Amino acid sequence: MADVDTVDTIEIHVRVNGTSRRETVRPRLTLADFLRVNCGLTGTHLGCEHGVCGACTVLLDGEAVRACLVFAVQANDAEVTTVEGLTGPDGQLSTVQAAFREHHGLQCGFCTPGFVVSVTAFLAENPKPTDEEIREALTGNLCRCTGYQGIVNAVRAAADTAGTAVTEGPA
Amino acid sequence: MKPAPFTYHAPVDADEAVGLLAELGDEAKAIAGGQSLVPMLALRLASFGHLVDLRRLDELRGIERRGDDTVWIGAGTTQATVQRSDEARAAVPLLARATPFIGHFQIRSRGTVGGSLAHADSAAEYPAVALTLDAELEALSPRGRRTIPAARFLTGMWSTELADDELLTGVNFPVWKGRCGFAIEEFARRSGDFAIAGATVALRMDGDGHLDRCAIGLFGLGPTAVRARDTEAALLGSDPLEADAEEIGRSATEGLGSVPSDLHGSAPYRTRVGAAMVARAWRRAVQEALHG
Ligand SMILES: Cc1cc2nc3c(=O)[nH]c(=O)nc-3n(C[C@H](O)[C@H](O)[C@H](O)COP(=O)(O)OP(=O)(O)OC[C@H]3O[C@@H](n4cnc5c(N)ncnc54)[C@H](O)[C@@H]3O)c2cc1C
Ligand code: FES
Ligand code: FES
Repeated sequence: MADVDTVDTIEIHVRVNGTSRRETVRPRLTLADFLRVNCGLTGTHLGCEHGVCGACTVLLDGEAVRACLVFAVQANDAEVTTVEGLTGPDGQLSTVQAAFREHHGLQCGFCTPGFVVSVTAFLAENPKPTDEEIREALTGNLCRCTGYQGIVNAVRAAADTAGTAVTEGPA
Repeated sequence: MKPAPFTYHAPVDADEAVGLLAELGDEAKAIAGGQSLVPMLALRLASFGHLVDLRRLDELRGIERRGDDTVWIGAGTTQATVQRSDEARAAVPLLARATPFIGHFQIRSRGTVGGSLAHADSAAEYPAVALTLDAELEALSPRGRRTIPAARFLTGMWSTELADDELLTGVNFPVWKGRCGFAIEEFARRSGDFAIAGATVALRMDGDGHLDRCAIGLFGLGPTAVRARDTEAALLGSDPLEADAEEIGRSATEGLGSVPSDLHGSAPYRTRVGAAMVARAWRRAVQEALHG
């Protein structure tokens, strides 16, 4: 049987974690599946596939979005950062990633990429959050293991570490 | 959990977009932020042979003061842009205050003003805000442009005055001046969920401290957001300090025809929650009008 989708394919150009990619995709391919299947970046997880759980969160032109609610064709000419793209050049953990490890912000790890990407975007826009703002920012990601307290602590620590780094920098 | 196949169109301007919608008929649907449409496609609650993406339509984006009395917000402007906008905060405070209630920040980074209005969920915040402030919606179709008052725009659950080949291009929000107060209150089980019930209040006091403008909006309490017009009329000319907030809440939610009943709450429960939200929003709006 002919694949109904093959009649319609579109060439897109996306920069993923700094690398330019040109791919021909079907319109109904979500950005999440594009990243996992076409790019082999399986750090982006899929839980609900309808926008509720946050496991698929990536940065699209710097903003945190649900990769399950964006079609890959809509990311044409955009810049995408996944959890794989947050580490330093030698693979060292980012401040947020290190804080999650240090403060028990994960157990099974399924939700973790979505949390880490969301928190990275949140702290970039809001570097000195109150505890209440942290809790509000975390409402868009679901975790079935940790009970959230470790995650809240990790975000607090990441914010404070980044804050200290700034204040201790050269005057 | 994968959407059905469709053909993708990315027109470069609004005229091309409405031309495509007209030509492709009811097989076609516009997609803006995709935050309501894509879940429906993924769950196969809906499917369309053609999606017409509005992402290249720069003319649909922006927040601009137009004259003294109006702020124009492009239909394609994201909710996140509204939230960051000083102009929106200063000139249309009710819209700015409603925005953080919409989903989560990862939703607001894609979701648009026009999408929220055109999707017209009965529990959505923006339709209630547009109705409360008497906003005017700009629409474009191959037949030309027209302006639709918010009061005529919402025609039912998920349905609006827009024709299949008509796009929202922008919304004109009136700037209320003078001693005004604005508040939105809603109750949801979890932050980011659609409200079980919610209320908006906008009011203005004259030099003698009497109400000369008053609007009360309700959402989540029927197929569309509604105004409590009888209650508003009874309050005009009165001294808001003498009004009883609980009584206003009861009066505003009295006689609502089709309050939804579902596993999140029965109709009588939602009605009581709605009354409490009106009372809270009323108190906050009055405080703001009195003390800024
Ligand atoms: C987890 C989650 C939680 C959410 N919580 C809330 C909430 O609490 N409150 C709330 O209000 N919303 C909520 N939403 C929905 C969100 O606000 C959507 O962004 C919004 O309803 C639709 O905007 P959009 O730009 O994403 O539109 P789309 O999903 O792209 O489109 C929605 C509909 O509007 C039509 N449309 C879009 N733009 C136009 C236009 N310019 N002219 C004509 N038709 C147009 C489309 O054809 C489609 O029918 C939530 C969504 C998710 C996934
Ligand atoms: S998989 Fe995208 S939000 Fe759940
Ligand atoms: S660590 Fe298991 S779901 Fe969050």
